[in-house]
Amino acid sequence: MESDLGLWAIPIAMLGGAIRVSTPFLFVSLGEVLTERSGRINLGLEGTLVFGAMSGYAIAYLSGSAWAGVLAAAFAGSLFGLLHGLICSLPRVNDIAIGIAMMLLGMGLAFFFGKPFIQPVAPDLPSIGFGWWSDIPQLEAALRVNVLFLIGAAAAVALWWMFRSTRVGLVIRVVGDSTDAARAMGLRPAVIRTLATAAGGAFAGVGGAYLSLFYPGSWSEGISSGQGLMAVALVIFARWNPIACFWAAILFGAAGALGPALQSVGVSEGYYLFYAAPYVLTLGVLIATSSPNRAMVGAPGELSITK
Amino acid sequence: MTMPPFARRRFLQGSAALAGATALGALPSMAAGEMTVGFIYVGPKDDFGYNQAHAEGAAAVKAMAGVTVVEEENVAETIDVQNTMESMINFDGATLLFPTSFGYFDPHVLAVAPKYPDVRFEHAAGLWTEGMPTNVGSYFGYIGLGQYLNGIVAGHMTQTKRLGFVAAKPIPQVLQNINSFLLGARQVDPAITCQVIFTGEWSLAVKEAEATNALADAGCDVITCHVDGPKVVIETAAGRDCFVCGYHANQAPLAPEKYLTGAEWNWPGVYTRMVQTMLDGGTISNFDRGGLAEGYIKMSPLGPAVTDAARNQFDATQAEMMKGGFAAYQGPLMDNNGNQILAEGEVFLETDIALESMDYLVEGVIGSTS
Repeated sequence: MESDLGLWAIPIAMLGGAIRVSTPFLFVSLGEVLTERSGRINLGLEGTLVFGAMSGYAIAYLSGSAWAGVLAAAFAGSLFGLLHGLICSLPRVNDIAIGIAMMLLGMGLAFFFGKPFIQPVAPDLPSIGFGWWSDIPQLEAALRVNVLFLIGAAAAVALWWMFRSTRVGLVIRVVGDSTDAARAMGLRPAVIRTLATAAGGAFAGVGGAYLSLFYPGSWSEGISSGQGLMAVALVIFARWNPIACFWAAILFGAAGALGPALQSVGVSEGYYLFYAAPYVLTLGVLIATSSPNRAMVGAPGELSITK
Repeated sequence: MTMPPFARRRFLQGSAALAGATALGALPSMAAGEMTVGFIYVGPKDDFGYNQAHAEGAAAVKAMAGVTVVEEENVAETIDVQNTMESMINFDGATLLFPTSFGYFDPHVLAVAPKYPDVRFEHAAGLWTEGMPTNVGSYFGYIGLGQYLNGIVAGHMTQTKRLGFVAAKPIPQVLQNINSFLLGARQVDPAITCQVIFTGEWSLAVKEAEATNALADAGCDVITCHVDGPKVVIETAAGRDCFVCGYHANQAPLAPEKYLTGAEWNWPGVYTRMVQTMLDGGTISNFDRGGLAEGYIKMSPLGPAVTDAARNQFDATQAEMMKGGFAAYQGPLMDNNGNQILAEGEVFLETDIALESMDYLVEGVIGSTS
């Protein structure tokens, strides 16, 4: 039944890892794209992710429905985003500092309210087996795709289309590129940015629900280990393009699976080095694509880090 | 090493104590037969794992008459733990501390202990040696024996003859558990191998899940682990239709059908005994160890899938261990790089201190320590 695949195990494990691990990266980075395109940075998404994981797990356990958990996580995430957006709408408030405060608040609240939910077992989100055509069990396991991954992929395309060819997308982009131009058009930048941050928070909350309700599939205080922060960095890596966010998330998921996969086929020396692969990759790509002469391509003009 | 806020705090406290002592004659002293005990955990104390096992011990101490327990969780193995220990001593009046994580010992416990000669520091898993502060003690259980028993059951239940082990860091305790697990299984069938994957950290949920999936992909059909919270590994492995052996605490509720047995700590008995010794004015040994017979560790009840053959050998070996002086490591024994560990006829008894500085994986383990 079990077959020995030799070195083929590595690409299969990376494919599986890409599908399993990428979803939280994808949702958080999509949420951050939405927020940053409107001209704000929300560094607090790590806290939103952890709180989303906790609230999603808690509601799923209490209601018996994993989807109710996802909705609750999205709702909780949007509240965090809304709070960030409202505070940042006050004059002379720094969005990065508020983001860090929101990150600590989100994690602290999640740990506090999450205590009673570490032990119980909540229902899992369903997944669809796309590997039925294969009789290799490893491939079948790798192609067990969660519904949220598919929703995330669809959302990436939808956001890309929204920014490109809809009025809403245009409004967000105008606000993000020039506050003055937006005001001249009769838009209210603060309101639009707050709404964009709230929507971004909802995305991050869903990413958290994926962590606690599907993979790894349980709530614990160490569940995120910095994935929310990495996803914020992914947005710069992906140059504020939702489709690129999707590929970046896939890349990070696959790179994360590299370490365990190599050990499982017997390449066991230097695993600490393999675990650093995603970060080395990021550094490499950022250095390769950077330029001292021009601003970052695709960066919204009103973003506080690029101004 | 600088620690300005706490050096200042200690200075203030010291001078206040001096003033108080002259004015009132004595400083906050507890009534006879009363004491405050501090427990410090590296993670959450309900993690289905290492910290939960210690917290169960703390709960038993809390139930003792005349004892107050203070606890702090999620304390990092950094200067943080020194601050926590000092505040437990200075503000809560703790006279017995249990900093329970491996990394707390050196340098943190060893740095704080000389400043408080009247406080007793009891550290789990550390290796106290002559020359270290005498108010420091290290205690631990021979949990490798539990992994050996896990291995015996696993050896009976595996179809593929490949076992899987998700390990955190290549420290002696972890290596000993991996080796013992395989040696137990090889009592059943010498052809069995054990694949190990190191995650590099005590608690990394996603990486532990990935490691478990990689083991299942590699054909391992019985999986165990040594990470702080085994919940993710147990649930993921059971989800991949693998059998699981537990560690630290009883994880049977997480996978009732797939759970075979588990190596558990039995801290309530150990901690209440130590606290009682202190209350009675006695001294705790600086170096305290014990196994199954001494009640330091215990095994989870065997799961429903365990066959009769496995149960019989499990029971027989456990009975052998209860007599004391069990030797899981018997020569001839090689490591997985071909170096000889034990020659024909040589053994490591369970009490052998050489086991606590283990830096190799035995032949049959697929993996590397660095």
